[in-house]
Amino acid sequence: MSTTVAIASGKGGTGKTTLAVNMAMSSPSQVLLLDCDVEGPNVHLFLRPEYSKRESVTVLKPVFDPLKCTGCGQCRKACRFNAIVILAGKPLFFEELCHSCGGCVRRCPARAIKESPTRVGSLEAGTADGLFFAHGLLDIGQSRSSPLIARVKEEGMKRGLVLIDAPPGTSCPMVESVRDADFTVLVAEPTPFGLHDLKLAVMTVRKLEIPFAVVINRADLGDESVKIYCFENAIDVLGEIPFDRRIAVLCSRGDVPSVSIPEYRAMFLAILERVLCRIEK
Amino acid sequence: MPDRKIKQISVISGKGGTGKTSFVAAFAYLGKDLVLADCDVDAANLHLLVAGRPGDGKAEPFKSGFKARMDADVCAGCGRCLEVCRFHAVRLTEGAGPGRGNPVSIRELSCEGCGCCVDECPVSALSLVENTAGELYVSPSRFGTLVHARLAPGEGTSGKLVTRVRQRAVEIAYRQGAELVLIDGSPGIGCPVIASVSNADGALIVTEPTVSGFHDLTRVMDLCAHFKVPACAAINKWDINPDLTISIEEHCRKREVEILGSVPFDPVFVRALTAGVTVMEYGESDAAMNLNAIWTALQNFLRKYGNGDSNAAAN
Repeated sequence: MSTTVAIASGKGGTGKTTLAVNMAMSSPSQVLLLDCDVEGPNVHLFLRPEYSKRESVTVLKPVFDPLKCTGCGQCRKACRFNAIVILAGKPLFFEELCHSCGGCVRRCPARAIKESPTRVGSLEAGTADGLFFAHGLLDIGQSRSSPLIARVKEEGMKRGLVLIDAPPGTSCPMVESVRDADFTVLVAEPTPFGLHDLKLAVMTVRKLEIPFAVVINRADLGDESVKIYCFENAIDVLGEIPFDRRIAVLCSRGDVPSVSIPEYRAMFLAILERVLCRIEK
Repeated sequence: MPDRKIKQISVISGKGGTGKTSFVAAFAYLGKDLVLADCDVDAANLHLLVAGRPGDGKAEPFKSGFKARMDADVCAGCGRCLEVCRFHAVRLTEGAGPGRGNPVSIRELSCEGCGCCVDECPVSALSLVENTAGELYVSPSRFGTLVHARLAPGEGTSGKLVTRVRQRAVEIAYRQGAELVLIDGSPGIGCPVIASVSNADGALIVTEPTVSGFHDLTRVMDLCAHFKVPACAAINKWDINPDLTISIEEHCRKREVEILGSVPFDPVFVRALTAGVTVMEYGESDAAMNLNAIWTALQNFLRKYGNGDSNAAAN
């Protein structure tokens, strides 16, 4: 059995990647770190992994055979995303609106529609210092990241610990990243922005019925409101990472604080242990 | 229709937390005749800095797409919906299985509303219902009208909602005779960001000298080039890593992306934010001075790259 822990946040730039990388690097046991922030993946900048796999990730899009198409318009009716319009008896397809549901293909009475793989991005996987790593890289101009995130998650292992670095926000890419996790850690910063977006993230993980707890980053920079909110709502705070210019400078260079500063290794390991302890319960 | 064009400038970053919203709030303080559009619809924060009375705005429901609904009394448990759903949105209920006469249920957050299950269900146990995916607000703020929105947690149509926010902001700008719509974008390069920059007159990329900030800056620069939106940049917290700041400047020069200015790391950002005001209102600081200079440069940038005659027409 493997255990999956997602690291998420409503607001961007709160320290998800910092927490994910440092927990992974301080873990004594085998870890697979999946970077599901496919729009702006950053974990590889810290791990500098050796890649053993690079492949294109595709989704299925309909292709219309003009010889078989009778222009009946059934495909247009099947498509709830308005990706197909019929113009002068011929289907006109708007690829960016298509969700790859396959409805048009099934509906076509003339069997004039086939599905063909279309690239949306790439998947890369490898190792770094005994750590397994994979991430997705969304192609520029592609708008839907969920299928690529789903593909990254397929790299999961049968045993050990899987850490998922989720994208910011509370919409579909975040949901796709965390929805199958055993536990989610929400990283928050103690500012009015941080509190506002933490509340939204809490609503989302509650809706998904995933157990969660909070880690406060740059804990001494803002105010007490995040702590008070967590206390009043009986949300566990698993750790407080102080604002330390050394961390900021190390991270800016792509270095990992828990590797070079022993006290931080102990702190991130303690957070990880508290997470694992809550999953066992 | 009025014959003048409203200019739209989008503030984006690639990486989150580089300071987009603090920058936009400072510009809102400095600018005149503008309408604010908070297009970070899954984590909208601008109202926390600029709205006099938060939550005062008029709310409009944002309807978008559909969700499948299951009538458990009708379901025969054949499992056909499970076969056709590509979004893992059909779930077996406890002890159920296809063909065992037990109903399935819909995972609402996973359902994209394609209707395949509805079309294929042999006993018509499934239907599509219109989905309310969030709310849009038009609020008075201390610096002009603010259009913002809240996407319901877990929803997936953020691009559409961003487009709606921008449309509403432009309508209001016409009505008020405002010249500029200032857009606070979201992190990333996906659908909400594409909706925030497409057809804008310019994009200001707020970045920071970290390996992550630099990496995501290049991706968002590629995005602007892809959609042919003129881009400029500003570096926040430049003194966290001065060497990387120089590398970013060099990279931008090579790609002909103008750097409008840099702001040092300054706790005044967090202090102002905690006080619920813009950096400009929080007393004199280096950050305020630099933001002022960036705002001036941004207006020059717009004059250079935005639709040239719109200024003359507005007068």
